[in-house]
Formats: sequence, structure tokens, C-alpha cells
Amino acid sequence: MLAAGRRRALRRHGWLVRRLALGAVTLFLVSVVVFAATQALPSDPAQSILGRGAQPEQLEALRQQLGLDRPLVTQYLDWLGGALTLDMGNSLSASNTSVADLIGPRLENSALLLGITGLLLVTVSVVVGVLCALYRDSPADHATQGAALVANALPEFVVGTLLVIMFSTVVLQWLPAVSLASDQSPLSDPKTMVLPVATLLIVTLPYLMRLVRGSMLDVLRAHYVEMARLKGVEERRILWRHVLPNALVPAIQGSAATLAYLAGGIVVVETLFNYPGLGSQLTTSMGVRDLPVIQACVLLLAALYVVLNLIADILTVVVTPRLRTRMR
Amino acid sequence: MATVDVTRLAKPPTLAPQRLASLRAALRTGRTRIGLALTVPVLLIVILGPLVAPHTPIEPVVAPYASPSGDALLGGDAIGRDVLSRALWGGWSVVWMCFAATALGFVVGIAVGLIAGYARNWVDDVLTGAMDVLLAFPAIVMALLFVSMLGPKLWLITVIVAVTHAPRVARLTRGVTLEVVHSEFVEAAEVIGVARWRILLGQILPNLSTPLLIEFTMRLTWSIAIIAAMSFLGYGIQPPDANWGLMINENRQGLVVQPWGVLAPIALIAAFAVGVNLIGEGIARAMGQDDTLAYRELS
Repeated sequence: MLAAGRRRALRRHGWLVRRLALGAVTLFLVSVVVFAATQALPSDPAQSILGRGAQPEQLEALRQQLGLDRPLVTQYLDWLGGALTLDMGNSLSASNTSVADLIGPRLENSALLLGITGLLLVTVSVVVGVLCALYRDSPADHATQGAALVANALPEFVVGTLLVIMFSTVVLQWLPAVSLASDQSPLSDPKTMVLPVATLLIVTLPYLMRLVRGSMLDVLRAHYVEMARLKGVEERRILWRHVLPNALVPAIQGSAATLAYLAGGIVVVETLFNYPGLGSQLTTSMGVRDLPVIQACVLLLAALYVVLNLIADILTVVVTPRLRTRMR
Repeated sequence: MATVDVTRLAKPPTLAPQRLASLRAALRTGRTRIGLALTVPVLLIVILGPLVAPHTPIEPVVAPYASPSGDALLGGDAIGRDVLSRALWGGWSVVWMCFAATALGFVVGIAVGLIAGYARNWVDDVLTGAMDVLLAFPAIVMALLFVSMLGPKLWLITVIVAVTHAPRVARLTRGVTLEVVHSEFVEAAEVIGVARWRILLGQILPNLSTPLLIEFTMRLTWSIAIIAAMSFLGYGIQPPDANWGLMINENRQGLVVQPWGVLAPIALIAAFAVGVNLIGEGIARAMGQDDTLAYRELS
């Protein structure tokens, strides 16, 4: 008995180990792409950073600082080692500030933005999606689906700008359009977070809500639900015991996909609202070609995606007995 | 006798007439009609706009942020150029880049997906792995990374946006290919020795047309979002040329005084994006694929 149990545990862990290894390999290749795009592809990164007017001595000094005179493989390994030990060198634009110091607080702010948005997103889309499926084809369902069809297609900066027009400039003046204090935590003035969160929500809600509604409808049509109904099981018990647990499984993957999408969405939204996070730091650094900061931001955003997908895959397997036994 | 039977089996099911009927059915859905009502006027503005624009997009004609007047029907922008003329000129680059990026992403994605799905061996593993790496970058981050490093050239943006589409199209194509590859008509074609590329293009691809057509409209919507966002962030067409995304960024500061400089390009981008999306939704509904849309991939 014990031996069988241990073997089973080992099997499950075997799957987990493979999935984790796959995640690690993906992250490694992601780092190769980031390095290639920033340091290997541009013919002379020093020149592209400093621009055409740069003096030869300046160029030489920067090449030294970035270690561009060494072979690419050495450069890459050095850079990867730095990234793994959170030592990405110094920012090129903010003098004497290490990349870690520059990005740390911004990472917190972005995490805050993503956390609040994610929490609201999952709650609202599950509740609304489930209700829409239960009251399918009611006027409320039609209205919600119609609104979702429109919101689904709008780019973030269009939604954000429309919100600014409505709530902070032309029509009403309730909320600040931008957060001005760039080194303060947004928590010191929570009002500044309302519009960024609202924008991200409007852009992502339709997708997750429709996914929940669709998978609810599928499960409601399933034979085992019909069976339960024919057996005379209470309607409420059917919903909580048979429908919801199965219908919400795709929502796990969907939530992860949406949060991962938000990793890109915050770049535009933070820039639009001047929110002091990772995304606005990325666009600022791109503007001045601050190579180490760009590399760090992109790596973090891509890592977020890989980790979220990993968590979603694991959660899905854990809550789905069918998959749990199939995985060896 | 036996050979005759096999060759008949090898023919793919004739889908064409049915498909046209479904497209006609799509035209009857409210979604597609509203979608066309939004998209067609925008495309007309994009194509005919430069011909009817009262001014060039780059000459200042009124005071900065001037209110609408006879000289400038929608007022002036941040440096006094005619907002109407800039809106009329500024769609072309957005629209051609969207179509080109989506089409290119589809060609690459379909090729990769077909090959991976049909091969089902180490080729599949390598291709799927490579696509997974590309998928790890949020599309806009990937596009910004390469364009900010290599310069805001329009062809480069188009190619990069296509690269962000390709893995997502490839994943869809591979999935459907895996479903079709075991059907009798594919096996029959293999048995009678039809060349591999002919099987891929002649037997498998036609079966993908419905999901791919729907996916195309969805991808086009994403292209609009990414390309307009890129030019909004300054990585698109460069000033002083006109572009809808750029216009929004340029005129944002004067929003309170002169909202038209922002509202005009926003309305055009929104109408185009929502319109294209609704056309796709209508096609999906007409072909009974509403449900698959709910499960489609994000970004």
C-alpha cells in the first residue's frame, strides 16, 4: 500500500518536475531573445544608445561599461549571471542608480495595479459570466453580451483616453488624469489608481466573462447535469455541486491568460496615466535607450507570463481528477 | 473497382458551396451588418480622405488648439494644423500596416501549424517549443523591444507584429490539423501516394478555412490595437506625418480646450476595431462557432 502510494506520488511529481523544467527552458530561451534583441542585433549598441553626435571616447567608454568588446557568448553569460543574482548593473540614464534600485519600487507599484485589477477581474467576470449563463437570452444577458462585444475590440489607450475625457477633463472633473508624483507610492493618493484599474478592467473583462459564460453553457448542456436533474436533485445542489466546479476549470487558464495579457497592457496604460510602474519605466527607458533597464523590465514582464501559465497549468491539473490521473 | 472507391474517398468533402452559403448567412446577422456599417465608412475615409482633405496634413493653418471654424472644421491641433485633414490623411498607414501584419502573420502561422500538426514528431516538438517562447512575450512588449532597438521603420513594425501573430495562428492551425489528420480522406490520400504538400494544401487546409477566417478578423482587431498603440507611444510613423495614434498623443495636452484633436482619431480607430470584430463575430455566429470564440486565445 505504502509503496503504491509513494509510486503514485512520484508519478505526480514526475509530471510536475517536467512542467517546471519546461518553464525553466522557456525562461532561458526568453532571456536569449531579450539579449539578442538588445545587445546582439543592433550593429553597435553603444552608437545606438548615444546617437550620431557621440564622441569616439564616449563610445569607447560605454563599450567598456557594457562589455561590448568581448565575445557575444561571454557577454550573454555575464549578463544572465547578473540577471539571476538581481545585479543588472547601473542605469545609463539615472546616473549612479543601480537597475535593481530603480526598478524595485516600480515593480511594487505594478504588482499593486495588477493585483487589484486581477482580483476585481476574476470576481466580476465569474459572477457576471455565471449569471449571464443562468439567465441566458434574458434582456440583461443580451445587454451584457452587446457591451462585451464593443469593449472587447477597443485598444487600451482608446478606452483610457475616453475615460479621461469623461471623468477627468471635458465632461466631469472627478478623478486625476495622471499621477504626477512619480516617486511616490500610488497608495498615498489612491484616487490616481481608479482610472488605470478601470481601463485595464474594461479591456479584459469581456474576454474572461465570455469564457466563463461559454463554459457554463457547455456544462449546463452536459449529460451528467441532465442526469442529475432527471434524478430529481435539487436545482441549487446541481449548480454548486455539479455545474460550477466543472464550469470554472477553464476560467483558471483564462484568468492566467488574462493576467499575462495585462503584463503587456500595463505598458500602455501606465504610460498613458503616468503611473509609476514597470510599464511606464519601460517606455521611458526605451525613449532614452537605457539598455540595462529595458532588459530588466522586458525579462520581468516575460517571466511573469511564464510563471502565471505555469501556475495555471498546475492548478488545472490539481482540480481536474481526469487530468490528474492521466498525467504520469 | 477498389481504386475508384479510394480516389473518391481521397477527395475532400466539398465545402465550397456550403461555405458561401454561410457567408451569406453571416451577412444576415445583425453583428456583421453593424460591423460593415462601421468598417466600410472608415475604409472609405482612409482611401478617399487624402483626396478630399481641405489642407495638407503638415501645414499649420490656424492657431494652436483653435476651436472649430470655417478654416478648420474640427479645429486646430497642438501646432495649428487642421485636425480634419490630419484625420483624413492619418488612417492609411494604420490600415495597411494592420492588414499586412495580419496577413503575413497568417501565412507564417499557417505554414508552421500545418507542418507541426502533420509531422507529429520531433519537428512538431521543435516548432511548438519555438512558438511557446515567442508566446511568452506580451505582444506589445515584444513589438516595443525590437522596434525601439532597431528603429521605428514601418516595415519593421509590420514584420514584428506579424511575428507576434504567427505563434497564435500556428497554435490554432496545429490544433485543427491534429483533428483532421486522422480523417479517412487524409488517410486515403496517403494510401494512394498523394504528395505530402498536396495533402497539406489540398486536403487539410480547406478544412481550416472557417476557424481561420474567424481568427483573421480577431487578429486584425489585435493588429489595430497594437499598431495604433505603438504609434501612440511614438514608435510608428514619425512626426510631422499624420497618423491616428500619433494624433491622440500629440493633442492630449489640449484635451480640455480642443477635444476634437483627440476625439476624431479615437472615433475612427474605435469604429474600425469594433467594426472588424463584429464582422468576425457575425461570421462565427452564422457558422455556429459562437462557443469556440469564448475559448479563443487572448492577445
